[in-house]
Amino acid sequence: MALILDHVDYVYGGDTELAVHALKDVNLVIPDGQFIGLIGHTGSGKSTLVQHLNGLIKPTGGAIYFNGEDIQDADYDKKKLRSKVGLVFQYPEHQLFEIDVFSDVCFGPKNLGLPRKEVELRAYAALKQVGLEDAFFYQSPFDLSGGQKRRVAIAGVLAMKPDVLILDEPTAGLDPKGRDEILDQIANLHKEMGITVILVSHSMEDVARYVERIIVMNRGSVLYDNVPGEVFKHYRELEQVGLAAPQVTYIMQALRKKGLPVNMEVTTIPEARDEILRVIRA
Amino acid sequence: MLRDITLGQYYQAESVIHKLDPRVKLIATITFIISLFIVDNIAGYLIAAIFLVCVIRLSRVPFRFMIRGMRTIVFLLLITVVFNLFLTPGEPLVSFWKLTITKEGLRSASFMAVRLVFLIIGSSVMTLTTTPNNLTDGMEKLMNPLKFFKVPVHEVAMMMAIALRFIPVLLEETDKIMKAQIARGADFESGNLIKKAKSLVPLLVPLFISAFRRANDLAMAMEARCYRGGEHRTKMKPLQYKRRDAEAYFVLVCYLAVCIGANVYL
Repeated sequence: MALILDHVDYVYGGDTELAVHALKDVNLVIPDGQFIGLIGHTGSGKSTLVQHLNGLIKPTGGAIYFNGEDIQDADYDKKKLRSKVGLVFQYPEHQLFEIDVFSDVCFGPKNLGLPRKEVELRAYAALKQVGLEDAFFYQSPFDLSGGQKRRVAIAGVLAMKPDVLILDEPTAGLDPKGRDEILDQIANLHKEMGITVILVSHSMEDVARYVERIIVMNRGSVLYDNVPGEVFKHYRELEQVGLAAPQVTYIMQALRKKGLPVNMEVTTIPEARDEILRVIRA
Repeated sequence: MLRDITLGQYYQAESVIHKLDPRVKLIATITFIISLFIVDNIAGYLIAAIFLVCVIRLSRVPFRFMIRGMRTIVFLLLITVVFNLFLTPGEPLVSFWKLTITKEGLRSASFMAVRLVFLIIGSSVMTLTTTPNNLTDGMEKLMNPLKFFKVPVHEVAMMMAIALRFIPVLLEETDKIMKAQIARGADFESGNLIKKAKSLVPLLVPLFISAFRRANDLAMAMEARCYRGGEHRTKMKPLQYKRRDAEAYFVLVCYLAVCIGANVYL
């Protein structure tokens, strides 16, 4: 039970002079239940990569396996794949269209051909999971605030009960409070339902607190693929590709320079606090 | 998915045709189209073909880009040819079942086909070698006399410029929304006509909303920069005729004269 990418290549506009090599020889294994941060600068190929995972884009080279089956096979059920690998696009609130919130969330499960009762149960559960109150269920999605709309859109994908949930920049354009709320909610989903979550972002700060593994993309290739602490050790190289390590990494680095032997692998503020206290007390 | 539409697509290249004043290209395109409907013999079409080939060579735009625009009119072309072929009365040539192909039918069908193909290629040469901005600037200048009749020339040109500018943006948006709904299990391909039309709702509603949102944002941005229409508005790069434009007009007049000549004497 896993997603496997085997030498995946993708070229945009293959037959013209404007061809862009968006993905170059990407090899990844994504086991069940992991919480992964997929990070890269704008144009690094991260959005292209995630669209391969549910079969929206066909790779121009290589293969993708989901639970041991090649998703490019002619008789592979793409619809089922898309219900199992849920993809929440950037600015997902732009895809809302129904007259009320509840019907919009029902769209996904309804497309799976489930009975009406099951559809409604799933929609209800999904809306609860993203923390939307009952009062909003029968309002027009267009009357909600930006953060609420985004929750509804995420619920729309969750209602399909995916095993893998991919979120493409779920916090883009939200204020710090909205951002933290959404990220906390996603972390909760991962904890409670045990699903695989892939969080696409260009902000290390956002993902460092939550994920257990970071994949860094640069110009269509995987640059680093490791636990956060290890990836952030390369903060100089990260800066060169237009990214940055979290502030904590820089503080720890500065402390080390001053002669305090702190461990560089801490990634969050509480961890850093404990580490500094440990070193000072020792 | 939707990248095949060439309308309003500019192909960057260094060529005489690219450098020409947009007014010249507009008038030339109109003249060329008129010439296609004036001539009615093979010699005339040969002249038009030679003219077109020369212009295409001069423009340095690969020929396959011109052909791309053809895909959209294949259906129209087919209907025109079939109707002309079978429904023109005259001297019968071949006849089977209830259908008769006449000599006149064959002639008018092939002429119609050539006309349509030349028309599309001719206008693609213009759109491929002129940026949308230049094109609308040219139109604005050409339509200037209409201001006398209280036609809001500048506003019309501005609307066209905006419409052209937003074609690729809206296409990209369509692509994105389509993918987002497919990711939610939407199916845009299977089913009968009614089901297909219904399946477009999840695509069209967000698309319209986004178009309105963009229109709103654009209007705000224009107001914020004190845009207030054509009155007293000056241009950073005003259109100015150069020597090559005069030469181009001369070539155009010669072409038209030859066309008319071929039609009258051959």
